[in-house]
Order: sequence, then C-alpha cells, then structure tokens
Amino acid sequence: MIEILNLVKRFGPTITAVDGISFHVGKGEVLGFLGPNGAGKSTTMKMITGFLAPTAGTVRVLGCDIREDPIGTKEKIGYLPEGAPAYPDMTPREFLQFIADVRRIPHGSQTELIALAVRRTELASVMEQPIDTLSKGFKRRVGLAQAILHDPPVLIMDEPTDGLDPNQKHAVRNLIRRMAPEKAIIISTHILEEVDAICDRAIIIDHGKIVADGTPDALMARSHHHNAVQITLDSEIAKIAEEAFLAMPHVADVARHDLPDRTASLTRFTLYPKDGQRLVDEIGAFTRARGWSTHELYAELGRLDEVFRSVTTGDTQ
Amino acid sequence: MNRMLAVFRREFMGYFSTPLAYIFIVIFLFLTGVTTFYVGGFFEAGQAHLQVFFLFHPWLYLFLIPAIAMRLWADERKSGTIELLLTLPVPLWAAVLGKYLAAWAFTGVALLLTFPVWLTVNYLGDPDNGVILAGYIGSLLMAGAYLAIGACISATTRNQVIAFVVTVVVCFLFTVSGLPIVLDFFSAWTPQTVLATIASFSFLTHFDAITDGVIDLRDVVFFASLIAVWLFANGIVIEMKKAG
Ligand SMILES: Nc1ncnc2c1ncn2[C@@H]1O[C@H](COP(=O)(O)OP(=O)(O)O)[C@@H](O)[C@H]1O
Ligand SMILES: [Mg+2]
Repeated sequence: MIEILNLVKRFGPTITAVDGISFHVGKGEVLGFLGPNGAGKSTTMKMITGFLAPTAGTVRVLGCDIREDPIGTKEKIGYLPEGAPAYPDMTPREFLQFIADVRRIPHGSQTELIALAVRRTELASVMEQPIDTLSKGFKRRVGLAQAILHDPPVLIMDEPTDGLDPNQKHAVRNLIRRMAPEKAIIISTHILEEVDAICDRAIIIDHGKIVADGTPDALMARSHHHNAVQITLDSEIAKIAEEAFLAMPHVADVARHDLPDRTASLTRFTLYPKDGQRLVDEIGAFTRARGWSTHELYAELGRLDEVFRSVTTGDTQ
Repeated sequence: MNRMLAVFRREFMGYFSTPLAYIFIVIFLFLTGVTTFYVGGFFEAGQAHLQVFFLFHPWLYLFLIPAIAMRLWADERKSGTIELLLTLPVPLWAAVLGKYLAAWAFTGVALLLTFPVWLTVNYLGDPDNGVILAGYIGSLLMAGAYLAIGACISATTRNQVIAFVVTVVVCFLFTVSGLPIVLDFFSAWTPQTVLATIASFSFLTHFDAITDGVIDLRDVVFFASLIAVWLFANGIVIEMKKAG
C-alpha cells in the first residue's frame, strides 16, 4: 500500500539526509523504522506525508503519487509528526473538530468518528481542557487521535511512544496492534523492545541509507548472541565447567560472569555457538549427565540492540 | 472551499482564545482615540467629519498590523503545527487564504469597534456618512495590504520578532514612498517615470484619495493587487521551504 521509490533528500549542497531509500509496506504490516539520531527517519516520514518535497524519487500511497496528487495522497494518510504538535490554545474537542472539518468528514459521521478516536486513545477525561495544559502523555494521545480520526488506510507515526510512561507505552502499542490488520503502518522509534513488541518488520537506516531490512526474528538471527546459551552454575564448579564447555565441538566461545550482588556462589556463563547453530539441547544434556545443578538455562534469540549497533557503527561486539 | 473555511475558523477563533486579541483591540481603540481627540484636535476643529480619525490610521497600522501578522506563520513553524497543517489535505492556497482572511477579519472587528467615534460625530453634527463609509473601506483595504505583507514575511522565519521588525520596515517603505521627503531624495537622480512609479506605490496616496470620499477603482485595484501579489509570494515562500 505504501511504495517508497528511491527517495533522496538533500539540504543544501552538503547535507544528504536521505540517500536513496526504497521499500514497500503492505496491508496488515507494521514496519518499524529504526536508526540512530540524525539517520534520516523523520526526514523520510516528512517526504512520505508531503511536508517536504523529495530531491529525487517519490512516494505512492494506494497508487496515489504524492508529487502528482498531494491532496489525494494526504487524504489516505494519518500522520503523527515528531513531538505530536497541536494548536496549544484549542481543547482536544475543538482540535479534533477542526481536523474533521479539514478532512471533510461528513457532518453526520463527525461526532461518531471523534468519539471513536477519543475512546481508542482514552482522551475522554481531558476533552475540554486546553491542549497546552495537558501532560505529555495526553498531548501525545491527542496527536494520535488526530492521526487515526478519519480511519486512514495508511498510518505514519514518528516516535509515537517517545516520552510516555510504561503504561502509556503499553496502551499505545496495543492500539497500534489492534489497528494493524486493516492498515499499513510505519512507526519510527529508537526503542528496540518496541520493534519486537509490535513490528512485523524492521528497517534500520543509517546516514540516510537502509542498512538492514527484515523481520525482527531475522534481524536477531544476525546477532552474535543468536542461539547463545545462558547457564548459571555453582561457582565451585565454575573452573571445571568453563574448560569443559570450551572443549565442546559446537561451542565457539565462553564468557564468564560472576554474580557478585547475589549469592556469591553463582557463576553465569554465556556460551556462543559455532556458526549460530542451536546449542541449548546439547548443553542441557551435558550438564545433566554430569549432575551439575543448573540454576538457569536458556537460549537467546539474539539481541536487536547488538544488531542495531553493528549495522550502524560497524562495531560487531 | 470548506477546507479554507475550516482553516479560517480555527485561526479566527484562535485570536479570541488568547488575551492577545483583547490587548490588541484595547490598544487599537485607545490609540485611535488619543490620536483623534488629542493629537488630531477633533473637538477643536469643530467639523463634522472623521478626516482626523482616518489621518492616523496608516501610522497606527504600521506598528499594530505587523504585531498581528508576525505570528501567522512564524508561530506555526516554531510550534511545529505547520507540519500538521501542511500534511492535512488542504491545498496551499486554502491554508494561505484561510489564515490571511482570519487575520483580516480580526482587524475588521477591531476597526468596527471604533463605531463610538462615528456615533459621536453623528451626535455632534451632521457628517457625510458616505464619506465616512469610504474612509472605513479604505482603512480596511489598507490594513489588508499591510497584513498581506506581514503574512508573507512571517512565512520566511520561525522568529516572530524578526517577522515583526522586517514587516515594519517594509510597510514603512510602502507607507512613505509618496511623501515629498522621499521623492525629493530620488528626484535628483531618477527619471520622472521611475519617480512616478515609486510614488504610485504609496499607501498614503491611495488611502488619502479614498478617505476624501471618492472610492476610485484604481485605488481599490491598487490595494487588491498588492494583497494578491504578497499572498502569492506567501505561497511561494512556503513551497520553497518545503523544497528545503
Ligand atoms: N531542515 C533541515 N535543514 C538542514 N538539515 C536538516 C534539516 N532537517 C534535517 N536535517 C538533517 O538531516 C539529518 C536527518 O535528520 P532526521 O531525519 O531528523 O533524523 P532522525 O529523525 O532519524 O533522527 C540530520 O543530520 C539533520 O541534521
Ligand atoms: Mg526524528
């Protein structure tokens, strides 16, 4: 439903904020748009939504080209800009009414749609209060309500959970999840747990270029920690165990951390597999056979933050 | 059309939801009062017309209109709401016109609230109300021209103070360009036709013509085309910022 075709944005002769980005997002898909600060996430979103004109390339939403038919394209998009700007002197009710008028929602269905957006974003308690007196969480939700008001097929949200407390984050993620089957959604974030929680797919960009693209699982599989095993044993056997693990054919490396703050007698090992293969069954059998008491034993899926770091800085650790 | 109306309504109501609007109206009424009755010697003149009342309008507008216009776009840029506005399905002309007309309507309200002056002059004497109406129309047109300049300049910056200062300077040039002191300065070294062109851009010349009671089409066209040109430039400025 969203087609991004070779987008480029230059500011002046020297700054290339977005450097040839292409991807598609289909219905029912939630795309997490990741990247370090200044990577070009917001700039890309501003081009998708028609706030900035691309230097090259274009965007199509349900076949509508933002450069050829900006109004028609904007009608299909709900957009939450970074920081959720809203007119501070208006109340949420006046503000949503204004959005409904501008979006030419027929008068008959305005009340109903506003009520629905208010219910979904849990705004009812602050509807008559000027927006500039609202807390950050409520302001963000006003922005969300504005974006989903016309039930758009495409939702673009720039850091929708930034600055929210854990409960609010949870609520927003649930909202996005609930709407996902009907829509194509792009959210930018630098909170990696969010990607795992709500995204079907993640794109990592850096210096305006795509450096990774795949499902969260596929990205995590690129991690050094993919299929690594965490195992915690009594410290008294730590030395023997370390040597034994290192001698195993499928173990590439062993890291050992003593756990000082807890019962001083525990040691945790991280066992890295050779070639990313599955290791946990073998380790389980191995320790059982020796009669070691294991306090913890689990396999890691991989760490998104590690992949993130490695693709955006070239650092592999 | 209803999109422009939605923008207009929001902007217009916005004036009245802050104290700014009331402060502006009070200052405007106070200054028109002071200039008319004290500086202009309205009572001493003992004449039943509002010539002195209108006489000072260009000079009041010179500072008061930029104060209204400065926030039009600069404030939207500063608060980030411009990103919201320009990503809503609103054609650029509708956004530019809606905001501008709201500001103009607001100055219209302020101007209407000077009606006690009109009542006074009708109570004291028997003025030509046709001439007074012409004066009001001329004043409103001139305010519209100042506003269009201010709106365009406001679109170039996110800083309202800069918008204010630059607008005052540009408006000042448009105001005084017909005064002898300016024309004398140019007359020494510019050809007559250029001189006439400079003079023809003066708000004062066109405004005085209207307040004399004759609404000449040329004066109306002057203000209308000036407004159109500056609003068009306003649109271009926003398009250019979009291109980055
Ligand atoms: N209007 C602008 N003028 C000049 N440079 C800009 C402008 N907007 C963004 N940039 C630059 O473009 C790069 C990408 O910014 P942005 O898209 O905001 O990054 P992100 O949202 O990923 O943090 C940054 O280096 C930023 O400084
Ligand atoms: Mg950003």
